[in-house]
Amino acid sequence: MDDTIEITLTVNGETVTRRTSPRQHLVDFLRGELGLTGSHVGCEHGVCGACTIRLDGRAVRGCLTLAVQADGARVETIEGLTESSEISDLQRLFVERNAAQCGYCTPGMLLTAAELVAAGQAMPRAAIRDFMSGNYCRCTGYQAIIDAIEHVLEARFGAPAKEEG
Amino acid sequence: MKPYPFKYVRAEGLAAVFQQFEEHGDDAQVLAGGQSLMPVLNMRLSAPRVLVDINRIEELRGIALDGGEVRIGALTRHREVLESEVVRTHLPLLAEAMPHVAHVAVRNRGTLGGSLALADPAAEMPACAVALGATLVLRSAAGERTVAAEDFYQGLYETERRPDEVLTEARYPIAGPGYHGAFQEFARRQGDFAVVGVAARGRVESGVLSELRLVYFGCEGHARLARQTALAAEAGGRPYTPQVFAALKDALAEELDPMENMHGSRATKLHMAQTLTGRALQALLARAGGAVHG
Repeated sequence: MDDTIEITLTVNGETVTRRTSPRQHLVDFLRGELGLTGSHVGCEHGVCGACTIRLDGRAVRGCLTLAVQADGARVETIEGLTESSEISDLQRLFVERNAAQCGYCTPGMLLTAAELVAAGQAMPRAAIRDFMSGNYCRCTGYQAIIDAIEHVLEARFGAPAKEEG
Repeated sequence: MKPYPFKYVRAEGLAAVFQQFEEHGDDAQVLAGGQSLMPVLNMRLSAPRVLVDINRIEELRGIALDGGEVRIGALTRHREVLESEVVRTHLPLLAEAMPHVAHVAVRNRGTLGGSLALADPAAEMPACAVALGATLVLRSAAGERTVAAEDFYQGLYETERRPDEVLTEARYPIAGPGYHGAFQEFARRQGDFAVVGVAARGRVESGVLSELRLVYFGCEGHARLARQTALAAEAGGRPYTPQVFAALKDALAEELDPMENMHGSRATKLHMAQTLTGRALQALLARAGGAVHG
Protein backbone atom coordinates (compact mmCIF):
# COMPACT_ATOMS: atom_id res chain seq x y z
CA MET A 1 0.00 0.00 0.00
CA ASP A 2 2.82 2.39 0.86
CA ASP A 3 4.98 1.56 -2.13
CA THR A 4 7.58 4.12 -3.05
CA ILE A 5 7.26 6.27 -6.14
CA GLU A 6 10.09 7.69 -8.22
CA ILE A 7 10.14 11.45 -8.54
CA THR A 8 12.41 13.86 -10.39
CA LEU A 9 12.58 17.47 -9.38
CA THR A 10 14.90 20.43 -9.36
CA VAL A 11 16.18 21.38 -5.94
CA ASN A 12 18.19 24.59 -5.70
CA GLY A 13 19.00 24.33 -9.38
CA GLU A 14 20.09 20.69 -9.33
CA THR A 15 18.02 17.88 -10.80
CA VAL A 16 17.50 15.02 -8.39
CA THR A 17 15.75 11.68 -8.82
CA ARG A 18 14.75 9.68 -5.76
CA ARG A 19 12.14 7.24 -4.60
CA THR A 20 9.78 8.50 -1.94
CA SER A 21 6.93 7.13 0.10
CA PRO A 22 3.64 8.78 -0.93
CA ARG A 23 3.02 9.97 2.60
CA GLN A 24 6.38 11.69 2.97
CA HIS A 25 6.12 15.47 3.27
CA LEU A 26 8.21 17.57 0.96
CA VAL A 27 10.09 19.07 3.91
CA ASP A 28 10.91 15.63 5.30
CA PHE A 29 12.11 14.59 1.86
CA LEU A 30 14.38 17.63 1.62
CA ARG A 31 15.79 17.10 5.09
CA GLY A 32 15.91 13.32 5.26
CA GLU A 33 16.66 12.27 1.71
CA LEU A 34 18.69 15.24 0.49
CA GLY A 35 20.25 16.40 3.75
CA LEU A 36 18.95 19.94 3.31
CA THR A 37 18.27 20.54 6.99
CA GLY A 38 17.95 24.31 6.71
CA SER A 39 14.18 23.98 6.39
CA HIS A 40 12.79 23.18 9.80
CA VAL A 41 9.85 21.08 10.93
CA GLY A 42 7.66 22.63 13.57
CA CYS A 43 3.96 21.97 14.01
CA GLU A 44 3.41 19.71 10.99
CA HIS A 45 -0.05 21.11 10.42
CA GLY A 46 0.61 24.32 8.59
CA VAL A 47 0.37 26.77 11.45
CA CYS A 48 3.94 27.71 12.42
CA GLY A 49 5.65 28.38 9.08
CA ALA A 50 9.04 26.91 10.10
CA CYS A 51 8.96 24.56 7.09
CA THR A 52 8.30 27.29 4.50
CA ILE A 53 10.04 26.53 1.22
CA ARG A 54 9.64 27.71 -2.36
CA LEU A 55 7.76 25.54 -4.82
CA ASP A 56 7.69 26.69 -8.45
CA GLY A 57 8.58 30.19 -7.34
CA ARG A 58 6.09 30.55 -4.49
CA ALA A 59 6.40 30.14 -0.73
CA VAL A 60 4.50 27.11 0.52
CA ARG A 61 4.29 24.99 3.64
CA GLY A 62 6.70 22.07 3.29
CA CYS A 63 4.58 20.03 5.69
CA LEU A 64 1.35 20.51 3.71
CA THR A 65 2.79 19.33 0.42
CA LEU A 66 3.77 15.76 -0.36
CA ALA A 67 7.11 15.01 -1.93
CA VAL A 68 5.36 13.05 -4.71
CA GLN A 69 3.47 16.22 -5.62
CA ALA A 70 6.79 17.97 -6.31
CA ASP A 71 7.57 15.57 -9.15
CA GLY A 72 8.61 17.81 -12.05
CA ALA A 73 8.60 20.91 -9.87
CA ARG A 74 11.25 23.46 -9.01
CA VAL A 75 12.01 23.59 -5.30
CA GLU A 76 14.17 26.14 -3.51
CA THR A 77 15.22 26.09 0.11
CA ILE A 78 17.12 28.44 2.39
CA GLU A 79 20.33 26.75 1.20
CA GLY A 80 19.58 27.71 -2.40
CA LEU A 81 18.51 31.24 -1.59
CA THR A 82 21.68 31.69 0.45
CA GLU A 83 23.93 30.43 -2.31
CA SER A 84 22.32 32.63 -4.95
CA SER A 85 22.72 35.72 -2.71
CA GLU A 86 19.10 36.59 -3.47
CA ILE A 87 18.42 37.50 0.13
CA SER A 88 21.90 38.35 1.41
CA ASP A 89 20.69 41.79 2.52
CA LEU A 90 17.80 40.20 4.44
CA GLN A 91 20.16 37.77 6.11
CA ARG A 92 22.60 40.53 7.01
CA LEU A 93 19.84 42.64 8.53
CA PHE A 94 18.47 39.67 10.49
CA VAL A 95 21.90 39.40 12.10
CA GLU A 96 22.34 43.15 12.60
CA ARG A 97 18.89 43.59 14.16
CA ASN A 98 19.17 40.44 16.26
CA ALA A 99 16.17 39.02 14.42
CA ALA A 100 17.44 35.46 14.75
CA GLN A 101 17.34 34.37 18.36
CA CYS A 102 17.15 30.59 18.73
CA GLY A 103 17.07 30.46 14.93
CA TYR A 104 14.41 27.82 14.59
CA CYS A 105 11.88 29.99 12.76
CA THR A 106 14.52 31.94 10.83
CA PRO A 107 14.69 29.96 7.55
CA GLY A 108 10.90 30.04 7.29
CA MET A 109 10.82 33.74 8.13
CA LEU A 110 13.43 34.42 5.46
CA LEU A 111 11.57 32.40 2.81
CA THR A 112 8.35 34.32 3.51
CA ALA A 113 10.19 37.64 3.64
CA ALA A 114 11.90 36.74 0.36
CA GLU A 115 8.49 36.60 -1.30
CA LEU A 116 7.66 40.01 0.13
CA VAL A 117 10.92 41.46 -1.14
CA ALA A 118 10.42 39.81 -4.52
CA ALA A 119 7.10 41.65 -4.86
CA GLY A 120 9.35 44.65 -5.49
CA GLN A 121 7.67 47.45 -3.60
CA ALA A 122 7.86 49.50 -0.45
CA MET A 123 5.37 48.57 2.22
CA PRO A 124 4.13 50.12 5.45
CA ARG A 125 5.01 48.31 8.66
CA ALA A 126 1.44 47.14 9.28
CA ALA A 127 1.33 45.47 5.87
CA ILE A 128 4.66 43.76 6.55
CA ARG A 129 3.19 42.42 9.78
CA ASP A 130 0.14 41.09 7.95
CA PHE A 131 2.30 39.46 5.30
CA MET A 132 4.50 37.78 7.92
CA SER A 133 1.53 36.73 10.09
CA GLY A 134 1.79 33.09 9.02
CA ASN A 135 5.19 32.55 10.62
CA TYR A 136 5.59 32.00 14.35
CA CYS A 137 8.64 33.01 16.37
CA ARG A 138 8.48 31.25 19.72
CA CYS A 139 11.22 33.50 21.07
CA THR A 140 8.65 36.23 20.30
CA GLY A 141 11.27 38.32 18.56
CA TYR A 142 8.75 39.78 16.12
CA GLN A 143 9.74 43.44 16.47
CA ALA A 144 13.31 42.73 15.42
CA ILE A 145 12.17 40.56 12.52
CA ILE A 146 9.80 43.24 11.22
CA ASP A 147 12.53 45.85 11.76
CA ALA A 148 14.93 43.86 9.59
CA ILE A 149 12.43 43.36 6.78
CA GLU A 150 11.28 46.97 6.92
CA HIS A 151 14.88 48.12 6.63
CA VAL A 152 15.55 45.91 3.61
CA LEU A 153 12.39 47.04 1.84
CA GLU A 154 13.30 50.68 2.44
CA ALA A 155 16.86 50.16 1.28
CA ARG A 156 15.70 48.44 -1.88
CA PHE A 157 12.56 50.39 -2.76
CA GLY A 158 12.51 53.57 -0.66
CA ALA A 159 10.08 54.65 2.04
CA PRO A 160 6.45 53.55 1.67
CA ALA A 161 3.80 56.09 0.80
CA LYS A 162 1.92 57.41 3.83
CA GLU A 163 -1.19 55.42 4.56
CA GLU A 164 -4.50 57.24 4.47
CA GLY A 165 -6.34 57.94 7.67
CA MET B 1 2.91 13.61 13.06
CA LYS B 2 2.99 11.77 9.75
CA PRO B 3 -0.07 10.51 7.88
CA TYR B 4 -1.12 6.90 7.89
CA PRO B 5 0.06 5.12 4.73
CA PHE B 6 -2.11 5.62 1.66
CA LYS B 7 -1.99 4.87 -2.02
CA TYR B 8 -1.28 7.95 -4.11
CA VAL B 9 -2.92 8.40 -7.51
CA ARG B 10 -2.18 11.39 -9.68
CA ALA B 11 -5.25 11.98 -11.82
CA GLU B 12 -4.54 13.51 -15.23
CA GLY B 13 -8.24 14.07 -15.87
CA LEU B 14 -11.64 13.90 -14.19
CA ALA B 15 -12.33 10.48 -15.72
CA ALA B 16 -9.46 9.08 -13.66
CA VAL B 17 -10.94 10.63 -10.50
CA PHE B 18 -14.34 9.06 -11.16
CA GLN B 19 -12.65 5.73 -11.78
CA GLN B 20 -11.02 5.91 -8.34
CA PHE B 21 -14.42 6.73 -6.80
CA GLU B 22 -15.85 3.74 -8.62
CA GLU B 23 -13.10 1.43 -7.38
CA HIS B 24 -12.65 2.67 -3.84
CA GLY B 25 -15.85 4.49 -2.92
CA ASP B 26 -15.50 6.43 0.32
CA ASP B 27 -11.93 5.20 0.74
CA ALA B 28 -10.82 7.56 -2.03
CA GLN B 29 -10.19 11.16 -1.03
CA VAL B 30 -9.57 14.01 -3.46
CA LEU B 31 -6.42 16.04 -2.77
CA ALA B 32 -6.64 19.59 -4.10
CA GLY B 33 -4.50 22.31 -2.47
CA GLY B 34 -4.23 20.16 0.63
CA GLN B 35 -4.09 23.10 3.01
CA SER B 36 -6.92 21.73 5.14
CA LEU B 37 -6.68 18.05 4.21
CA MET B 38 -2.97 17.61 4.90
CA PRO B 39 -3.20 18.85 8.51
CA VAL B 40 -6.03 16.39 9.09
CA LEU B 41 -3.97 13.57 7.57
CA ASN B 42 -0.85 14.61 9.48
CA MET B 43 -2.77 14.52 12.74
CA ARG B 44 -4.23 11.17 11.72
CA LEU B 45 -7.77 12.41 12.21
CA SER B 46 -8.56 10.87 8.85
CA ALA B 47 -7.06 7.89 7.06
CA PRO B 48 -8.21 7.57 3.44
CA ARG B 49 -6.81 4.50 1.69
CA VAL B 50 -6.40 6.31 -1.61
CA LEU B 51 -5.45 9.93 -2.18
CA VAL B 52 -6.46 11.18 -5.61
CA ASP B 53 -4.33 14.21 -6.50
CA ILE B 54 -6.20 16.52 -8.89
CA ASN B 55 -3.54 19.24 -9.03
CA ARG B 56 -2.55 18.43 -12.61
CA ILE B 57 -6.05 18.64 -14.07
CA GLU B 58 -5.64 21.84 -16.06
CA GLU B 59 -9.31 22.11 -17.04
CA LEU B 60 -10.15 22.82 -13.40
CA ARG B 61 -7.99 25.93 -13.32
CA GLY B 62 -8.63 29.49 -14.39
CA ILE B 63 -10.76 32.59 -14.09
CA ALA B 64 -12.97 33.55 -17.01
CA LEU B 65 -15.45 36.28 -17.76
CA ASP B 66 -18.32 34.54 -19.49
CA GLY B 67 -21.31 36.66 -20.40
CA GLY B 68 -22.98 37.75 -17.22
CA GLU B 69 -20.85 35.71 -14.87
CA VAL B 70 -17.35 35.07 -13.65
CA ARG B 71 -16.40 31.41 -13.73
CA ILE B 72 -13.62 30.27 -11.46
CA GLY B 73 -12.22 26.77 -11.78
CA ALA B 74 -12.06 24.77 -8.57
CA LEU B 75 -8.29 24.37 -8.67
CA THR B 76 -7.63 28.10 -8.93
CA ARG B 77 -5.34 29.03 -6.05
CA HIS B 78 -6.43 31.65 -3.54
CA ARG B 79 -3.49 33.75 -4.64
CA GLU B 80 -4.68 33.73 -8.24
CA VAL B 81 -8.14 34.88 -7.16
CA LEU B 82 -6.56 37.61 -5.04
CA GLU B 83 -4.47 38.88 -7.94
CA SER B 84 -7.12 38.57 -10.63
CA GLU B 85 -8.09 41.77 -12.40
CA VAL B 86 -11.40 40.17 -13.42
CA VAL B 87 -12.20 39.40 -9.78
CA ARG B 88 -11.15 42.86 -8.61
CA THR B 89 -13.36 44.50 -11.22
CA HIS B 90 -16.43 42.29 -11.14
CA LEU B 91 -16.34 40.57 -7.75
CA PRO B 92 -14.84 43.16 -5.42
CA LEU B 93 -16.35 41.37 -2.40
CA LEU B 94 -14.24 38.32 -3.18
CA ALA B 95 -11.13 40.47 -3.60
CA GLU B 96 -11.86 42.15 -0.27
CA ALA B 97 -12.32 38.84 1.55
CA MET B 98 -9.33 37.00 0.12
CA PRO B 99 -6.59 38.63 2.25
CA HIS B 100 -8.40 37.16 5.26
CA VAL B 101 -8.08 33.63 3.86
CA ALA B 102 -5.13 32.16 5.76
CA HIS B 103 -1.55 33.33 5.26
CA VAL B 104 0.47 33.88 2.12
CA ALA B 105 2.11 30.45 1.93
CA VAL B 106 -1.28 28.79 2.38
CA ARG B 107 -2.95 31.06 -0.19
CA ASN B 108 -0.22 30.14 -2.66
CA ARG B 109 -1.35 26.54 -2.55
CA GLY B 110 -4.92 26.42 -1.25
CA THR B 111 -7.72 26.37 -3.81
CA LEU B 112 -11.09 28.08 -4.11
CA GLY B 113 -12.85 24.80 -4.85
CA GLY B 114 -11.25 23.09 -1.89
CA SER B 115 -12.45 25.79 0.44
CA LEU B 116 -15.96 25.79 -1.06
CA ALA B 117 -16.24 21.99 -0.92
CA LEU B 118 -14.84 21.55 2.59
CA ALA B 119 -17.44 23.90 4.10
CA ASP B 120 -15.49 24.89 7.17
CA PRO B 121 -17.90 26.92 9.33
CA ALA B 122 -15.32 29.69 9.77
CA ALA B 123 -14.28 29.89 6.12
CA GLU B 124 -14.70 33.08 4.09
CA MET B 125 -15.25 31.65 0.61
CA PRO B 126 -18.50 29.76 1.29
CA ALA B 127 -20.00 32.89 2.88
CA CYS B 128 -18.97 35.05 -0.09
CA ALA B 129 -20.38 32.50 -2.53
CA VAL B 130 -23.74 32.60 -0.75
CA ALA B 131 -23.72 36.42 -0.50
CA LEU B 132 -22.94 36.77 -4.21
CA GLY B 133 -25.58 34.24 -5.26
CA ALA B 134 -22.98 31.93 -6.80
CA THR B 135 -23.77 28.62 -8.43
CA LEU B 136 -21.53 25.63 -7.80
CA VAL B 137 -20.87 23.03 -10.48
CA LEU B 138 -20.65 19.38 -9.46
CA ARG B 139 -19.50 16.65 -11.80
CA SER B 140 -19.61 12.90 -11.55
CA ALA B 141 -19.32 9.99 -13.97
CA ALA B 142 -23.06 10.42 -14.51
CA GLY B 143 -22.77 14.02 -15.65
CA GLU B 144 -22.94 17.55 -14.36
CA ARG B 145 -25.36 19.41 -12.12
CA THR B 146 -25.44 22.83 -10.56
CA VAL B 147 -26.45 23.83 -7.06
CA ALA B 148 -27.01 27.35 -5.72
CA ALA B 149 -24.41 28.09 -3.06
CA GLU B 150 -27.13 28.91 -0.53
CA ASP B 151 -28.56 25.40 -0.97
CA PHE B 152 -25.15 23.73 -1.05
CA TYR B 153 -24.32 24.25 2.61
CA GLN B 154 -26.35 21.94 4.82
CA GLY B 155 -24.56 21.63 8.14
CA LEU B 156 -21.20 21.33 9.82
CA TYR B 157 -18.92 20.21 6.96
CA GLU B 158 -22.08 18.88 5.31
CA THR B 159 -22.88 19.84 1.74
CA GLU B 160 -25.05 18.82 -1.16
CA ARG B 161 -22.04 17.18 -2.85
CA ARG B 162 -22.40 13.43 -3.17
CA PRO B 163 -19.33 11.26 -2.50
CA ASP B 164 -19.03 10.44 -6.21
CA GLU B 165 -18.96 14.10 -7.25
CA VAL B 166 -16.20 16.66 -7.65
CA LEU B 167 -16.84 20.36 -7.25
CA THR B 168 -15.36 21.67 -10.49
CA GLU B 169 -16.31 25.32 -10.76
CA ALA B 170 -17.97 28.27 -9.09
CA ARG B 171 -20.03 30.69 -11.18
CA TYR B 172 -20.58 34.16 -9.80
CA PRO B 173 -23.19 36.38 -11.44
CA ILE B 174 -21.96 39.90 -12.14
CA ALA B 175 -24.14 42.45 -10.43
CA GLY B 176 -25.30 45.51 -12.29
CA PRO B 177 -24.67 49.10 -11.25
CA GLY B 178 -25.97 50.06 -7.81
CA TYR B 179 -24.88 46.82 -6.15
CA HIS B 180 -22.15 46.96 -3.55
CA GLY B 181 -20.49 44.51 -1.22
CA ALA B 182 -18.70 44.72 2.08
CA PHE B 183 -16.74 42.22 4.10
CA GLN B 184 -15.96 42.28 7.82
CA GLU B 185 -14.13 39.71 9.88
CA PHE B 186 -12.77 39.50 13.38
CA ALA B 187 -9.85 37.10 13.91
CA ARG B 188 -7.24 36.86 16.63
CA ARG B 189 -4.47 37.42 14.12
CA GLN B 190 -4.48 38.42 10.44
CA GLY B 191 -5.14 35.28 8.41
CA ASP B 192 -6.23 33.11 11.32
CA PHE B 193 -9.61 31.40 11.38
CA ALA B 194 -12.43 33.89 11.76
CA VAL B 195 -14.01 34.21 15.16
CA VAL B 196 -16.99 35.89 13.50
CA GLY B 197 -17.43 37.40 10.07
CA VAL B 198 -20.04 38.71 7.68
CA ALA B 199 -20.19 39.01 3.90
CA ALA B 200 -22.75 41.56 2.75
CA ARG B 201 -24.04 42.47 -0.67
CA GLY B 202 -26.94 44.64 -1.66
CA ARG B 203 -28.32 47.40 -3.78
CA VAL B 204 -28.22 51.01 -2.68
CA GLU B 205 -30.28 53.85 -4.08
CA SER B 206 -30.40 57.24 -2.36
CA GLY B 207 -29.20 55.69 0.89
CA VAL B 208 -31.91 53.01 0.78
CA LEU B 209 -30.85 49.38 0.91
CA SER B 210 -32.57 46.66 -1.07
CA GLU B 211 -31.89 43.08 -2.16
CA LEU B 212 -29.54 42.85 0.82
CA ARG B 213 -27.85 39.56 1.58
CA LEU B 214 -26.08 39.15 4.89
CA VAL B 215 -24.11 35.94 5.32
CA TYR B 216 -22.44 35.04 8.60
CA PHE B 217 -19.52 32.68 9.15
CA GLY B 218 -17.76 31.49 12.27
CA CYS B 219 -21.20 31.44 13.87
CA GLU B 220 -23.40 28.51 12.94
CA GLY B 221 -22.49 25.11 11.48
CA HIS B 222 -22.22 26.58 7.99
CA ALA B 223 -22.36 29.91 6.17
CA ARG B 224 -25.68 31.36 7.26
CA LEU B 225 -27.84 33.63 5.13
CA ALA B 226 -29.80 35.86 7.51
CA ARG B 227 -32.91 36.86 5.60
CA GLN B 228 -34.90 38.43 8.45
CA THR B 229 -31.96 40.57 9.51
CA ALA B 230 -31.51 41.76 5.95
CA LEU B 231 -35.20 42.70 5.81
CA ALA B 232 -34.80 44.65 9.04
CA ALA B 233 -31.84 46.51 7.55
CA GLU B 234 -33.83 47.32 4.43
CA ALA B 235 -36.42 48.91 6.74
CA GLY B 236 -39.24 48.79 4.23
CA GLY B 237 -37.45 51.11 1.86
CA ARG B 238 -36.50 53.80 4.38
CA PRO B 239 -32.94 55.13 4.52
CA TYR B 240 -30.49 53.43 6.86
CA THR B 241 -30.34 55.20 10.25
CA PRO B 242 -29.23 54.40 13.82
CA GLN B 243 -32.83 53.33 14.51
CA VAL B 244 -32.66 50.87 11.64
CA PHE B 245 -29.37 49.54 13.02
CA ALA B 246 -31.03 48.99 16.41
CA ALA B 247 -33.85 47.04 14.78
CA LEU B 248 -31.35 45.05 12.78
CA LYS B 249 -29.46 44.07 15.94
CA ASP B 250 -32.69 42.76 17.47
CA ALA B 251 -33.49 40.81 14.32
CA LEU B 252 -30.02 39.26 14.29
CA ALA B 253 -30.35 38.23 17.94
CA GLU B 254 -33.53 36.39 16.95
CA GLU B 255 -32.19 34.86 13.78
CA LEU B 256 -28.55 33.94 14.39
CA ASP B 257 -27.55 31.19 16.79
CA PRO B 258 -23.74 31.31 17.11
CA MET B 259 -21.96 28.21 18.37
CA GLU B 260 -19.97 28.70 21.52
CA ASN B 261 -16.32 27.69 21.17
CA MET B 262 -12.85 28.57 22.44
CA HIS B 263 -13.16 32.00 20.82
CA GLY B 264 -16.20 33.08 22.72
CA SER B 265 -19.63 32.47 24.13
CA ARG B 266 -22.82 32.74 22.18
CA ALA B 267 -23.42 36.24 23.58
CA THR B 268 -19.91 37.42 22.69
CA LYS B 269 -20.18 36.16 19.15
CA LEU B 270 -23.63 37.63 18.69
CA HIS B 271 -22.32 41.00 19.86
CA MET B 272 -19.45 40.73 17.38
CA ALA B 273 -21.82 39.77 14.58
CA GLN B 274 -24.00 42.80 15.33
CA THR B 275 -21.03 45.15 15.44
CA LEU B 276 -19.52 43.76 12.26
CA THR B 277 -22.88 44.05 10.50
CA GLY B 278 -23.01 47.74 11.39
CA ARG B 279 -19.52 48.25 9.99
CA ALA B 280 -20.27 46.26 6.86
CA LEU B 281 -23.42 48.26 6.12
CA GLN B 282 -21.63 51.56 6.69
CA ALA B 283 -18.91 50.49 4.27
CA LEU B 284 -21.49 49.31 1.77
CA LEU B 285 -23.41 52.59 1.94
CA ALA B 286 -20.21 54.62 1.77
CA ARG B 287 -19.23 52.76 -1.39
CA ALA B 288 -22.57 53.67 -2.87
CA GLY B 289 -21.69 57.29 -2.20
CA GLY B 290 -24.68 57.85 0.05
CA ALA B 291 -24.90 59.50 3.44
CA VAL B 292 -23.70 57.31 6.27
CA HIS B 293 -25.31 57.41 9.68
CA GLY B 294 -24.35 55.83 12.99
